[in-house]
Amino acid sequence: MTIDHHILSVLVENKFGVLTRVSSLFSRRGYNIYSLAVSPTEDDRYSRMTIVVDGDADLVEQITKQLNKLIPVIKISELADSDAVERELMLVTIKGGADTRSQVTELASIFEAKILDVGFEAVTLMVAGQPDKLDAMTDLLKPFGIVEMQRTGRIALPKLSRQSSKLRVVRNQTA
Amino acid sequence: MKLTGAQALIKSLEMEGVEVMFGLPGGAILPVYDPLIDSSIRHILVRHEQGAGHMAEGYAHATGRPGVAMVTSGPAATNIVTPIADAYMDSIPLVVITGQVPYAVIGTDAFQECDTVGITMPITKHNWLVTDAQDIPRIIREAFHVATTGRPGPVLVDFPKDIANQMMEWEWPEGVDLPGYKPNLKGHPKQIKDAAKLIGESHRPVIYAGGGILKARAAEALRELAEATGIPVVTTLMARGAFPDSHELALGMPGMHGNYTAITAMQKSDLLIALGARFDDRVTGKVDSFAPDAKIIHVDVDPAELGKVRRPDVPIVGDCKNVIERITVAVKADQAKHEWPDLSDWRATVKGWQVEHPLFYDQPEGGPLKPQFVIEKLRELAPDDTILASGVGQHQMWASQHWRFEHPYTWVNSGGLGTMGFSVPAAIGAKVGCPEKTVWAVDGDGCFQMTAQELVTAAAEKIPVKIAILNNAYLGMVRQWQELFYEERYSEVYLSPDLPDYVMWAEAMGCAGFRVETPEDVIPTIEKANAINDRPVVIDFRTDYREKVYPMVPAGASNSDVIIGPEADTRGGR
Repeated sequence: MTIDHHILSVLVENKFGVLTRVSSLFSRRGYNIYSLAVSPTEDDRYSRMTIVVDGDADLVEQITKQLNKLIPVIKISELADSDAVERELMLVTIKGGADTRSQVTELASIFEAKILDVGFEAVTLMVAGQPDKLDAMTDLLKPFGIVEMQRTGRIALPKLSRQSSKLRVVRNQTA
Repeated sequence: MKLTGAQALIKSLEMEGVEVMFGLPGGAILPVYDPLIDSSIRHILVRHEQGAGHMAEGYAHATGRPGVAMVTSGPAATNIVTPIADAYMDSIPLVVITGQVPYAVIGTDAFQECDTVGITMPITKHNWLVTDAQDIPRIIREAFHVATTGRPGPVLVDFPKDIANQMMEWEWPEGVDLPGYKPNLKGHPKQIKDAAKLIGESHRPVIYAGGGILKARAAEALRELAEATGIPVVTTLMARGAFPDSHELALGMPGMHGNYTAITAMQKSDLLIALGARFDDRVTGKVDSFAPDAKIIHVDVDPAELGKVRRPDVPIVGDCKNVIERITVAVKADQAKHEWPDLSDWRATVKGWQVEHPLFYDQPEGGPLKPQFVIEKLRELAPDDTILASGVGQHQMWASQHWRFEHPYTWVNSGGLGTMGFSVPAAIGAKVGCPEKTVWAVDGDGCFQMTAQELVTAAAEKIPVKIAILNNAYLGMVRQWQELFYEERYSEVYLSPDLPDYVMWAEAMGCAGFRVETPEDVIPTIEKANAINDRPVVIDFRTDYREKVYPMVPAGASNSDVIIGPEADTRGGR
């Protein structure tokens, strides 16, 4: 069994205490959360949690089943990397006075990062993208000196089908 | 109709059919105790909140109806945490109502405030903090629905004092709307077919019946499946009574202190049919070497149990009664279609083990008194459908081993959590639920001292339970482990046989008290106790402290290495 990141997209009732119920379940059963993002959805009765967990397939199955037992959990989908679009947002403050600022901004433009704030001794950048991209950028920024950094944790949605409904109908007729 | 929150709560409980509740009032829950005076609900005033919780559990065990307990905030809520955790482990339907400081002052460290919802979150199926009196009927309906459906379990409703005084417009909801809670009870037809097929291909099958049989009221269905297939049945600690011990297919209890045949039949089986069981470590021993050749059919209403410990070949999510009945139908259809394996060799092998390695003990004529002898005599002199409660430890194992269980819902014990002190209050709760039945509790002296004060409750409320203390003056199970695994270095396990004086204590609590020190006094004293029905009875049986529970699979060992008796050369596992 390989240990891997698994993305769980968890639709929950939008009530107080739900996040506690989910996180308490993880700690009590000894599961590890790699990242967690919670946000409102298109329907204000529900929130969506995007939880990234580490573990083999058996563990993820058990986590999913235990999560499903929580009353406010409506639906859980596991999103495989290939079946999901995922993004993460990072804010990062880099040391950068007049001498290194141009190098930092150059890097920012390569990664399509935005400069949010500039001080005499530091620059704050914002970058969104695949988690790998954020990792890569973090590595490249390290030599300048990272003052502070925060990442949102990834959010993900299933990829859409490329097949148009029309085509499917034609196929059915010819089959 | 306008009601106060407190009135709405009591009315909601009445609407749910609550006839009896166990509790103890205090500051934050005071407003709810006022309308209780005018209610049809019988309230039993306990002496400690833990007692209320265990009584509600005993009531639920014996009747199948949810047990209801009500206590105040803070220390009362924390005192009832143990029974909630106990009920969670053993899937007992429990509705606990706790008072809370006024909603407006929550979070200010007010007098008798604690985060009850936070504390009980990991040990309840769900819990609620009431924030608006208008929500009370809906929450109570949801609470009972969640507690009693699917895999049953405890729920808690935390009830702030100002909500109890708030006015609301009474309306009883028609149903519950919980989009995230839809237990699957039906069982997949293909899986049921596959299960029947696997049963038809096995030559050494064993039915591994767990507590889920009782929760699903599936004892009759289990018996039909066993008889239709001729497959022997082990009943776990939680399932004692689910299959009659006198049945020719009954193998009794498996596990750490199970009998040799039950343990070995599972070890050697080629198919385990796990019904409402959860592969607990006390049953499997070392998981890697548990029933190594067995395929697994696993039926449970909780999907998370399937594959949690052992990956089943045929997993079936569903209600045990429904699924077992359909497996039986599918088996009978298959039996009509093709030749069915002849299990008579397997049954003969199993029978051979039973003859060769029965449970045994030796009661010398002049004493010392053996605990197993006491249990056998209690059984012989009690009505067939007597309910037996027990605490946790050696006496619990002896009770499970040596009591002959013939009927479901006649065994009330703390399995998963292993809560010492369970038996006295649980027996009281069982007797409240089944007043027409005799209720005996077999207790240890250590356990008895934890919750004995509830006998005051029993005496005051005229609940005539009978308690047999197997008094060996030790925390016996711990002593047994220290003897076997810690080189007889006894650390903090001695209790004394006569401090306290159990007879005087019993009488001080309004019970009849007896003492038995010799084997010949056992029967006459039990007969005296059985004749008393106007108050509780306590018998202090002074038993042999050296007696140990056998068979025994040491913790972490394989079930193939069961020790069947005190001599080292009686190890099994050939």
